[in-house]
Amino acid sequence: MVKWSDFERAAIQDIFSKINYDVVGCAALSRCLIVYPWTQRYFGSFGNLYNAAAITSNPKVAAHGKVIMAGLEKAVKNMDDIKTTYKDLSVLHSEKLQVDPDNFNLLADCLTIVVAGQMGAAFTPEVHGAFQKFLAVVVASLRKQYH
Amino acid sequence: MTLLTEKDKAAVKALWAKIAKGADAIGAEALARMLAVYPQTKTYFSHWPDLSAGSGPVTKHGKKIMAGVGLAVAKMDDLSGGLLELSELHAFQLRVDPANFKILAQCLQVVIATMFPNDFTPEAHVALDKFLSNVALALSEKYR
Repeated sequence: MVKWSDFERAAIQDIFSKINYDVVGCAALSRCLIVYPWTQRYFGSFGNLYNAAAITSNPKVAAHGKVIMAGLEKAVKNMDDIKTTYKDLSVLHSEKLQVDPDNFNLLADCLTIVVAGQMGAAFTPEVHGAFQKFLAVVVASLRKQYH
Repeated sequence: MTLLTEKDKAAVKALWAKIAKGADAIGAEALARMLAVYPQTKTYFSHWPDLSAGSGPVTKHGKKIMAGVGLAVAKMDDLSGGLLELSELHAFQLRVDPANFKILAQCLQVVIATMFPNDFTPEAHVALDKFLSNVALALSEKYR
């Protein structure tokens, strides 16, 4: 069981109440596909991903950004048992989508940078630490059902 | 070492031109963040009395790190040669596990994102990430 301090809980809830899911989801996924282009291997059906401009304006990327944020919101709403909440998602990523779990960290890093850009100075080292811990738990939960 | 294209080099130089004035603050903030967010990195600084953000040692060392990054920007066309002294320092004295270079690079980029959100576009981000990976490789060249 992951232990969350009051500060960490509040910080995570605060971040997710402030950020615009549509903007952040699209921006984070776009950044991941641009900065770590090998991640495009999982999105063969998304059409034009040839350059940064194409990626950031691709409607399938935007739609999928929303899917990712909805997934994260589940974790935010169930912070005390993300592992169980994500059991099916983990099976999906390992057995159906067959995503190399190291990629989860790449997306997590991009998401952090996008949230940092949105929040500016409010994304203090302490808030950053809480967010990093949250993402680490999310990633670990998504890795859990890989065998 | 991933080859930096002319486009990458231009993008890094353009970004550096915008952020160089705030280099000291960026360095101090990135280091403080690294110590707070990735506590395992504190093991390299057990000789410092104060590891908190804004403390003397952290501020001073953050400045030193950014001076190193500035040097790397200037020596972009030959990082191995340009960073030789720093490379030997890291290999024989500091012996920082190379995984930590990636961690610091991430913290630097988070700080740049908070301070320069409009300049740290996805294009600038990929160029800087490639550049910092190359700097890390140059710094760990002499390890073995």
